[in-house]
Amino acid sequence: MADVPKPEELAQIDHRPPVFRPWIDSPVEMRKGIYCYGAKGKNLAVVDMPNARDWNPADEDWKLPENWEDIIKEGMSDRLDRFRSFKLFMDICVRCGACADKCHFFIGSGDPKNMPVLRAELLRSVYRRYHTLGGKIFGKLAGARDLTEDVLKEWWYYLYQCTECRRCSLFCPYGIDTAEVTIIGRELTNLLGLNTDWIQAPVANCYRTGNHLGIQPHAYKDMIDFFVDEIEEVTGVRVNPSFNRKGAEILFITPSGDVFADPGTYTCMGYLMLFHYLESMGLDITWSTYASEGGNFGYFTSHEMAKRLNAKMYAEAKRLGVKWILGGECGHMWRVINQYMDTFNGPADFLEEPVSPITGTKFENGKSTKMVHITEFTADLIRHNKLNLDPSRNDNLVVTFHDSCNPARGMGLFEEPRYVIKSVCNNFYEMPPETIREQTFCCGSGAGLNAGENMELRMRGGLPRANAVKYVHEKYGVNMMACICAIDRAVLPTLMEYWVPEVQITGVHELVANALILEGEKERTTNLRGEPLPGMEEEEDV
Amino acid sequence: MGFIVSILFSFFAVVVVVAVPWIGVGALDLRFLFGIVVPYAAMAIFFIGVVIRVIDWARSPVPFRIPTTGGQQWSFPWIKHNRIDNPKSTWGVILRMFFEVVTFRSLFRNTRLEYRRVEGAPKIDYEWEKWLWLAALLFHYSFFVIFLRHFRFFMEPIPYFVQILDKLDGFLELGILPFINGLGVPTVYITDMLLMLALTYLFVRRLYIHQVRYVSLPADYFPLFLILALGFTGILMRYFIRVDITAVKTLAVGLFKFHPKTPEGIGVIFYIHLFCISTLIAYFPFSKLMHFAGIFLSPTRNLSNNSRIKRHINPWNYPVKVHTYEEYEDEFRELMVEAGLPVEKQPETTAETGEKE
Repeated sequence: MADVPKPEELAQIDHRPPVFRPWIDSPVEMRKGIYCYGAKGKNLAVVDMPNARDWNPADEDWKLPENWEDIIKEGMSDRLDRFRSFKLFMDICVRCGACADKCHFFIGSGDPKNMPVLRAELLRSVYRRYHTLGGKIFGKLAGARDLTEDVLKEWWYYLYQCTECRRCSLFCPYGIDTAEVTIIGRELTNLLGLNTDWIQAPVANCYRTGNHLGIQPHAYKDMIDFFVDEIEEVTGVRVNPSFNRKGAEILFITPSGDVFADPGTYTCMGYLMLFHYLESMGLDITWSTYASEGGNFGYFTSHEMAKRLNAKMYAEAKRLGVKWILGGECGHMWRVINQYMDTFNGPADFLEEPVSPITGTKFENGKSTKMVHITEFTADLIRHNKLNLDPSRNDNLVVTFHDSCNPARGMGLFEEPRYVIKSVCNNFYEMPPETIREQTFCCGSGAGLNAGENMELRMRGGLPRANAVKYVHEKYGVNMMACICAIDRAVLPTLMEYWVPEVQITGVHELVANALILEGEKERTTNLRGEPLPGMEEEEDV
Repeated sequence: MGFIVSILFSFFAVVVVVAVPWIGVGALDLRFLFGIVVPYAAMAIFFIGVVIRVIDWARSPVPFRIPTTGGQQWSFPWIKHNRIDNPKSTWGVILRMFFEVVTFRSLFRNTRLEYRRVEGAPKIDYEWEKWLWLAALLFHYSFFVIFLRHFRFFMEPIPYFVQILDKLDGFLELGILPFINGLGVPTVYITDMLLMLALTYLFVRRLYIHQVRYVSLPADYFPLFLILALGFTGILMRYFIRVDITAVKTLAVGLFKFHPKTPEGIGVIFYIHLFCISTLIAYFPFSKLMHFAGIFLSPTRNLSNNSRIKRHINPWNYPVKVHTYEEYEDEFRELMVEAGLPVEKQPETTAETGEKE
């Protein structure tokens, strides 16, 4: 964080673009702290992606292939033919500006090219030049421009400043979705080997080892075993997860971030404790080291790469012979599962329509993909009084809930996590309505932007979220923000530390586990983080 | 393209649109051309152009089901489902599209960013902002009513609904100016005023709101000016420079019955009005005005969120190279066995001992 300006400096944001200098005549100026490092050649090569070589965005020479213009032009034509969304969104924008001040990156940076309308115009201008009559005849007067290396660099700089959160698309009167434009724009840059390494390295890792972090199977098991010890220390109960077990009824897949770093690890312990609790009631579940990643950084690369990484989920379910798949708390993982997975890699006719083995509830909303979100699963358990809960163990927390963009605007998962939280916590307050549910603000680091070198961008993009947290912190004393996304859990602590240091981050199932009374547990004095439970501060000192 | 150049360019383009029939009919008396050829050509361009554009969009498939979900999904019976903003069925989609097209539901959500700093710390608010929604709604509905009202020129006898509409639209019975009222000048249509007002607002906000000014193109100003010119010539004709309505009706009915005639005695102002509307409809298929058709095809709005319930088919779905479990186990088999993880194939003992030493 050393290079990042102080919050007071960063807060000096001017949202008024220049009056006289039009954007089309303002070449891109790449600022350090905003962009990520370029993808390394070896990480491109692992997955056979084009133009694999090391390159540096700060260099003049991006080592593009000789015919790069043709590649982009053909790539664009090809995608116009394959995606109605892209074609339509290139044509029908009226530039009403409703989206302009809805983007967290524009709010946090004031950079006019971060207005969703202009981010899309960066591509539209080139589209017009080669695909519309007006653009061919009138050129700049019709808002058209040639594809040049500067334009390509501008694309790259701004396409990797969009987190594909879809907030703009909610407000657009025609439903134009910048995420769609960004996704396809990024596909185009990937034809030239222009990814960021923060995306490409996880892609390469995930392809080979099954997860973004490159955790090998034995290490994955080691890490979970470590959580097993931790859980025993806190609760006195030893949980017993199984891995790659054939014949289990359910396969559990969660983002590897939960296995790797705090505070996601506590969420992971939460899953383990919940599964242990349910074991005697008939839950038969296994983890997988091969499909050990719920997230999908391929989705930030290209549709094809997303499909290649996603394929492991069904493949592993088939190999193990499970009946259905339970998915952990993750954001874009669920956008992919809800809107792409069955289309990519289905039909999952070797699986069965998911039924809760505890309550008998049929999860009819997942009957084709055969995948259930863990907050749906847990909400159903609580609804049927299957969990023995002591919410007072979370009484030291004043909780709010951050709707992660993807489950919000790519799924509509609003009530299930709230129902779970309210059942396991006594103090819950919502942030203002313009900042939650379908209008939720992104963490500022999604879609592969959670690197270290672009920290300034992340702090800027997260500002609207942080501002809403600050509001409830000051008004209600909120000190904990829950979320259902592994990227959130990885990046929001940093964001909070920067803007609202008094607030911490948790997954929903960490809260569940703290409230969950396990059979045969000892008297708990601390929560999973090792902090004293309410009323137990004294005992801790003894 | 600076905003001044954009505005000037669009303004002069509209001046040309006005000047062409003015000279063409006023000086050169090309009534056949401007009264018959141009309107027919414009209509042909409009219909053919729109159909081509829509077919062209429709030719590209919708590979993925990507509705923007603006409300609670359908999950359990005890959780209230938002069937409009997160439709599960076709009926839900029809409702969503209906409200989107008829009430501009998404635009109604609009807010305005209010960014301040209090003692150095940022403070962000989202303020009420329905003006864009209101102006857009008024503009589109006024235009629609005016369009319908014009059927009294195209049809003989005048359809009943047009007569009703006419009455309703003029119910204020106001004169255009106090002193003209009662001197045979017709009463003011509310929609005429609203249309001009809404257009003016839409133009002014393009200039006034920094972000919108920055993204505006000539293609945004031109239709505004053109429709303003259209409205202005219409208003002039109705209230100030009267034209022979019977002759106009003869021409209009002739056009619609494909027996075109160009009667004498229609003032040039009418031909300017006619040329403006011809230009507008001919411009449609080449412009952002196509949003009127595009909205119906927008995949984030016209699809139900049921891709977990029913498989959505991608017509160009193709097989991809994946890293199989077998390849994975081949790489990590020894480590897996050592860690007590089950494997499909046991490692060869020699390899294992070799590894250990």
